Amino acid sequence: MSVTLAIARNETRRIFATPLAWTVLAIVQGILGIVFLLLLLEYAQSPDRQEHYTGLADYIGNGLYGFATLLLLMVMPLLTMRVFAEERRSGSLSLLLASPASLVDIVLGKFLGLASFVLVTVALIAAMPLMLLVGSDLDLGRIAAGLLGLLLLTLAFAAAGLFVSTLTREPVLAAVGSFGLLLSFWLMQVLGTRPGITGDVLGYLALTSHFENLRRGIFSSADVAYYLLFTTLFLWLAVLRLDSERG
Amino acid sequence: MTDPVVLLEAQGLSLQYGARHAAHDVNLQLRQGEVLGLLGPNGAGKSTTLKMLAGLLAPTTGSVMIKGIGLADAPTTAKRHLGYLPELPPIYPELTIIEYLQFCAQLHGIPGAARKRAIDDAMTACELHDCATRLIGNLSKGFQQRCGIAQAIIHRPAVVILDEPTVGLDPIQIMAIRKLIRSLASQHSVILSSHILPEIQAVCNRVVIMHRGRIVHSEHLDTASRPAFATLRVGFTGHAPPEKLAVIDGVTEVDVLDTHQFRLHIAAGQDPRPAVVHAAVLGGWGLIELHAELRTLEDTFVALTAGDSTALPTSAESTRH
Repeated sequence: MSVTLAIARNETRRIFATPLAWTVLAIVQGILGIVFLLLLLEYAQSPDRQEHYTGLADYIGNGLYGFATLLLLMVMPLLTMRVFAEERRSGSLSLLLASPASLVDIVLGKFLGLASFVLVTVALIAAMPLMLLVGSDLDLGRIAAGLLGLLLLTLAFAAAGLFVSTLTREPVLAAVGSFGLLLSFWLMQVLGTRPGITGDVLGYLALTSHFENLRRGIFSSADVAYYLLFTTLFLWLAVLRLDSERG
Repeated sequence: MTDPVVLLEAQGLSLQYGARHAAHDVNLQLRQGEVLGLLGPNGAGKSTTLKMLAGLLAPTTGSVMIKGIGLADAPTTAKRHLGYLPELPPIYPELTIIEYLQFCAQLHGIPGAARKRAIDDAMTACELHDCATRLIGNLSKGFQQRCGIAQAIIHRPAVVILDEPTVGLDPIQIMAIRKLIRSLASQHSVILSSHILPEIQAVCNRVVIMHRGRIVHSEHLDTASRPAFATLRVGFTGHAPPEKLAVIDGVTEVDVLDTHQFRLHIAAGQDPRPAVVHAAVLGGWGLIELHAELRTLEDTFVALTAGDSTALPTSAESTRH
């Protein structure tokens, strides 16, 4: 366990030692800031909406979180590509593979490193709606449920990206691959609207459909379990993949 | 003399990619205090073999034991006694040397109290103190290589595996690394690969030559450097009749190279050089050249690896040009 934490700490340090992490944080925050501002202005200028929606938290949460998921879907592959693909190409992966750390230690450590970045990203996003506490009566439960959903969704993105990263030694290929994988899980939601059993199954599997409840402030353990299972599945696949590579 | 403990033992290692054998029936033994050189041309399977020894690749058949612990059965325990430097030093350019070595120490489970000492020792051994707080990415190749070696020895493993440790370094750095490897041998046993002969001769006390995934030759270098010769090359300005050369004591056969030069084959254990000089003086042949054609590691290496190894049955035969 201490080895897992050592790898996680090292990953976190390395993520924040590169300009990539800071650039990503700045751009995500900048774009979401603009979106947040536009939503706020629109809300203030249309009184009829205020009646239609139940409240400010719902309105802002819906728009901001919705846009954030899309943005993070595009950004996470850039962070996950370096985790294994780039390390394999630069040769530094051998350090971990030749050490007494087990594959589970390695994968979990790397994932926790990514998770620390995700936490920082979500915390920064959280600052925006929380800012409204100053002048309004915010429904904190809703905001928290939405943020939890965003966190779980982004961790699922990270796990899927981490798995794709184990498949190749080309970082760009890993980024494109995980982008494709995440988008196809996204698209399942569209196919999920089709009638019949296929539609139902695909709709259930879709990454974002489980976010809807949380975004509306409904904490359902089934949705949380879905994200945890999704994340565990891809981390486990990554371990299997690294194991098969050895022999 | 009692035999030192066997620290690493590989038995029948083979690795197959489809129809191609990257390594075939490789057997190796590494004893305490030994520096074993793995020599071979590019693509001979050296790196593949070392990767199997380090547990990065699982062999198709065969097994690796480190200090009696099976690498396949208990990988985490076995790897505690192993330090590995791959072809590319496994470094993180965005970290400083001290941060990097701290992580390596944690990775090898060195407890907090001993960690500082271990890092300090490794940095002293690899002469890294002067740039401890510099980013590894900004250092020269030689220093990056030394960082790679430092991480391989930080946990004082019984077996250190170094894959081409001096590649890409300048001559002064190469000398420094060789000195380091020799100093490592006092406490660790080392196995290193190279395709450069002088390097192996400089640091190893045993050499194994690999070619096309097989071990084709193995010898102790103290015997390899001892002048053992089977032929003499002689040259004269005047006319020397070959039949007279053939009757000199210890000469078994005479090859006529041209009118003035001959190769004399020598019976085992004989040294007819004084007799040749004596005969040349008596006959007035005008001796201008006389040297023993030594069988060196280089001859063995070239003979075994140039062309098809199966066409050359034994090394002793092939050195007779």
